Amino acid sequence: MKASNPFATNIGIIVVGLVIGAAAILLQKMGNPGNMGICVACFERDLAGGLGLHRAAIVQYIRPEIIGFVLGSLCMALAFGEFRPRGGSSPITRFILGIIAAMGALVFLGCPWRTILRLAGGDWNALLGIAGLITGIAIGTVFFRRGYTLGSSVKQSALTGWMFPLLMAGILVLALAFPQISGQPQSGPLFYSQKGPGSMHAPFLISFGAALVIGALAQRSRFCTMGAFRDLILFRYTHLFLGVLAMFAAALAGNLLLGGFHPGFANQPIAHTDGLWNFCGMVTAGLAFALAGGCPGRQLFMSGEGDSDAAIFALGMLAGAAMAHNLGTASSGAGIGAYGIHATVIGFAVCLLIGVCHCKKA
Amino acid sequence: MLIDTRGLSCPQPLLMVYPHLSGSEAIDVLVDNATSRENITRAAHKNGWNVTEQAESEDVIRLELRK
Repeated sequence: MKASNPFATNIGIIVVGLVIGAAAILLQKMGNPGNMGICVACFERDLAGGLGLHRAAIVQYIRPEIIGFVLGSLCMALAFGEFRPRGGSSPITRFILGIIAAMGALVFLGCPWRTILRLAGGDWNALLGIAGLITGIAIGTVFFRRGYTLGSSVKQSALTGWMFPLLMAGILVLALAFPQISGQPQSGPLFYSQKGPGSMHAPFLISFGAALVIGALAQRSRFCTMGAFRDLILFRYTHLFLGVLAMFAAALAGNLLLGGFHPGFANQPIAHTDGLWNFCGMVTAGLAFALAGGCPGRQLFMSGEGDSDAAIFALGMLAGAAMAHNLGTASSGAGIGAYGIHATVIGFAVCLLIGVCHCKKA
Repeated sequence: MLIDTRGLSCPQPLLMVYPHLSGSEAIDVLVDNATSRENITRAAHKNGWNVTEQAESEDVIRLELRK
């Protein structure tokens, strides 16, 4: 651990938030879906589809953003002596929380990052989403005040710390070896959407490069959208929240400058108008993120630092995103999925059970 | 007092220290990750504490919080 870290200051986190917000709008301008310049849950869902873990043909693409976040964080962690293989803190519980987080987020259609981007694009349905997210995190803080913990992690072997970054590097090699072939739904073992959100993407190397930079900056600054609201509620600390505000401001400014701000509820890109389940989906997701200790982006960045507990959560999200489409719990622009309500309610109940069973105080 | 946060990730380390920041008794905190070190140092400074760091081992730092 090296001492000085300018990104740990308020100015540092604001700069990182501005970069993320601006990068998201630029990636959107270069081809990523509307109000989805970056969405960790959606991109993990696309990645799962690209690997054939689900067969929803419109959301299949090996998103280089996910890979870049992990590898950018890895590079920074190695450079600053913060690569620390660790794990063993209730891994299966974290995997389940990952599944629930992805399924809840895909009822709303977005992770906390996309919630902010949707708001910055004028999608007022995201007001319900962010209210749900804050409510879910607030419920999580009730457990924290009662001594909630998933237990201590312990040092792991170097290879264990490298496992998730190596998995991501392997998927990168696959994507480079089997690039998209125009008009073809498959390239070697990989699946590529011909229409829908999965077919909309910025050039591969630009997305990957932007994600490397974001991964590196976020590792240094500990940028976390869930932590921003959690720290505000628990401690009245605004440090991480300043980063989220900066991300929103940069995305809003970018949208206003580039014509991407379209205020309203109806006809928003990759969004539905079912307010109740926009809210409830994010309550479930927000609680799962809180209990797991980080938003989906932060989990990827910690995975890059060798944290296999965070990697297990990320793998849970990958599995949950695939399940959401295989089981019909994911929403679409037309509305919530056939089993979206079931997934939201069951996921919430399981989160409550996990919370109650891991509190030290009665 | 000594607070051992080794093995725990945020927000637990800060939650363990936070209730004691309103007092004035000297606090030593063992941390094993940079995020916890930064979070606790930031909170301590915000509450008027001075923080010095001592290396306990390669992976562990002792934060000495003094009024």
